[in-house]
Amino acid sequence: MIDFLQLAVQGIALGGIYALIALGFVIVYKATQVINFAQGELVLLGAYLVYAFNQTALPFVASVALAAVVMAGIGWAIERTILRRMVGRPVFAVVMITIGLAIVVRQLVAAVWGFEDRLLGEPWAASRIQLGDLGVNVTSVVTIATTGVLLLLFFVFFRFTRAGIGMRATAIDQEAALAVGIPVRGVFAQAWMIAGAIATIAGVLLVAFPATLHPAVGFTALRAFPAAIVGGLDSPGGAVIGGVLVGLVEVLVQGYQPQVAPWLGNNFHVAAAYLLMIVVLVVRPYGLFGTRVVERV
Amino acid sequence: MNGPRSRRAAPSPLAALPVLRRIDGLRTSYADELALIRGAGGWAALAALAALYVATPLVIDDFWLSVLNFTAIAAIAAIGLNLLTGFTGQVSLGHAFFIGLGAYTAGYLGGDLRLPVIVWLPAAGIFGAAVGLLVGPFALRLRGLYLAIVTLGLVFLGEHVFLNLRQITGGPQGRAVPAPMIGEINLADLGTSLGLPLTREQSFFLFVVPLVALAAIAAKNIVRSRPGRAFQAIRDREIAAAIIGVDRARYKVGAFAVSSFYAAAAGALYGSYLRYITPGQFDLLPSIQYVAMIIVGGIGTVYGSIAGAFFLVLIPRVVEALSPAIPFVSRSATSSGLTLFVLNQLIFGALIVFFLVFEPSGLAGIWSRLRTYVKTWPFSY
Repeated sequence: MIDFLQLAVQGIALGGIYALIALGFVIVYKATQVINFAQGELVLLGAYLVYAFNQTALPFVASVALAAVVMAGIGWAIERTILRRMVGRPVFAVVMITIGLAIVVRQLVAAVWGFEDRLLGEPWAASRIQLGDLGVNVTSVVTIATTGVLLLLFFVFFRFTRAGIGMRATAIDQEAALAVGIPVRGVFAQAWMIAGAIATIAGVLLVAFPATLHPAVGFTALRAFPAAIVGGLDSPGGAVIGGVLVGLVEVLVQGYQPQVAPWLGNNFHVAAAYLLMIVVLVVRPYGLFGTRVVERV
Repeated sequence: MNGPRSRRAAPSPLAALPVLRRIDGLRTSYADELALIRGAGGWAALAALAALYVATPLVIDDFWLSVLNFTAIAAIAAIGLNLLTGFTGQVSLGHAFFIGLGAYTAGYLGGDLRLPVIVWLPAAGIFGAAVGLLVGPFALRLRGLYLAIVTLGLVFLGEHVFLNLRQITGGPQGRAVPAPMIGEINLADLGTSLGLPLTREQSFFLFVVPLVALAAIAAKNIVRSRPGRAFQAIRDREIAAAIIGVDRARYKVGAFAVSSFYAAAAGALYGSYLRYITPGQFDLLPSIQYVAMIIVGGIGTVYGSIAGAFFLVLIPRVVEALSPAIPFVSRSATSSGLTLFVLNQLIFGALIVFFLVFEPSGLAGIWSRLRTYVKTWPFSY
C-alpha cells in the first residue's frame, strides 16, 4: 500500500509537469488554433536561461522571473516575425513551421550549452519531506503546488479579466471578436507570451532534482502531447486532468508492469501514455473536455 | 469525361493553332489535360531521362551514386506521403513507422524465410498497406491535428514494438536485412554475382531507379483517375466532396493504405540497401524529414516529391563537404559547440520554416514559375 501511495505521489508530481507543458499547448491552441510543437523546446530554452541567469549570482527566484520575462519576449517575437505571416494559411503548414522552429531552438541550445548534464541549482536541491513511511521530494511538492496555483490563475484570467475573455471570444470566432473590437492580433501575441512564460516554469520543475539539465529533456514534452490531447486541446482544466492522468499511468505502469505483465516488454510506460491517448480519442475524438467542433456547410 | 462523345470531340478553336498551343501549354481537351507525356517535348524529355539512367552510373563516382540511391529510396516514400498528405490532406507524422515496418518485414521474409526479392518487396508493401488499413479508420473519426498526433503516437508505439519484438526485430541491436536476391543473382551487386564490371552502388542504382519510375507512374495514374480526384475533393472541401457522392470512408482509408504501401516498400529497399537496421532509424526525426521533403519539393505534386527527396538527402552531404570552410564547426562527434550534426539539423529546421513562409509551393512552384517565365518571354503575366 505504501508502495502504491509512493508511486501515486510520484505520478501526480510528474503529471503536474506534464500539465504545465500541456497548459502551454492549450493556451496557444485556444487563441490561435495552432498546436505549438515547439513548446517542448521553449521549455528547454527556459530551463537553460534560468540556469544561465543563476550562474551570474542572481538569486534563484529572480533568475526564474527574469527567464520567464525573456521567454515571454521570445514567444512574442516568434508570433510577430513568423506566425503572423501564416494567418489564413493551412493549419498543417503552421504546425510544420512550429516543428521547424522546434528543431532550430533545440540545436541552438545544444550549440550554446553543449550536451553535458548540468544541475539547475534550485535552492531546495535534493531535500525530501518525510510523512510517516511516505518520502516525498520537495520538487514534487513544489510542482503540485505550482500547478494548482497556475490553474487557479488561469481560471481567474479566463473568467474575470478583459484579456482572458477576449481570448475566449477569439477562440470561438475570430471575425466576430474583431467586429466587437477585440484586438485579435494582441490576443495572439498574449497567448504566445503566456506560453513562453509558463514554459520557463515547467522547465524549472522538469529539470529540478532528481532530473538534470540536458538538451534531450525537450523530448519529454512529447509525452505532454498525450496529456493535452486526453484532456482536450482547448481546455486548461482538461490539460491538468490529462496531465495527472498521463503521469499516473506512466508511473504506475513503470512500477507494476514488469511484475504483472512482463510480456509487454521493457519501458512499456513510454508507450502506455500514447496508448491511453489513442484509446481516449477513439471514444471521444475531442478529448475528455475538448469542445466538439460543429461543422457548418 | 462521361459526357456524350460529340461534345468531347468538339475541339477548341485554339487547337487549330498548334504553335500557340505549344508555346502557351494550353490544354485544349480532356485527353490533353490528362496526358502523361505531352507532345514532342514530353517524348524528348522521356528519352533524355532514359539516356540519363544508362549514363549516370557510368559517369558519376560511387559517393554521388550513393546520394542518388538514398534519394531514390526516399523518393518512393515521399511520393507515398504526398499521396496521403499532399493529395488527400491527411497529415501524417508517422510515415517512418510504416517505413520501419517494411524494412523489418523485408528482413524477416528475405532473411529468416529466404524468399527472393520479387516476393518480399511486394509482400512488405502489402503488409504495410494492411497496417495502414487498420490506422485509416482513425482518420474518419479525427480531424486535422488530432489525426497528426495519433500518427505521432504511432511512431512511439511502433518504436516500442521494434525494440521489444526481439524474435523478428532483434531488439535494440537491430537486425540484418538481405540483399535483393533472385536465386543466386544479387541485384544490388551484379559485379560479384554475374561478373559484370559494376560496383555495388552502380548495381543498386540500376535496380532501384526503375522502381522509382514505377512508383511515380503509378502515383500519377492514381492522381489523374477517379480515386485521385476523390482524394483531392476530400482535401479541398470534405463536406462538399461527401455531398457530391465521394465515399469519404473508402477514399480516406484507401489513401492511408496506398501511402503505407509506398512507405513499406521504400523501407524494404532501405533495409536492403543498408543491410542492417535498428529501431532508431524509424523514430520521429525521419518522419519529420519525409514531411519536410514534400514541403520542400512541393505539396500535391509527384515530381516535387522526388525533387524534395533529392534536396534533403543532398544537403547533409554538401554541408559535410563544405564544413572545413565554415568557421566554428567542430568535426568531432563528441565535442560540444557547433558540431556537424547540430549544423545540419539547424539548416534542416530553418529550411522547413523558410519554405513554408516564403515558398509554400516548394521547388515545384519555383520550377513552374520558371517555366511560365521562359515560355511567355518576353511577355510577363
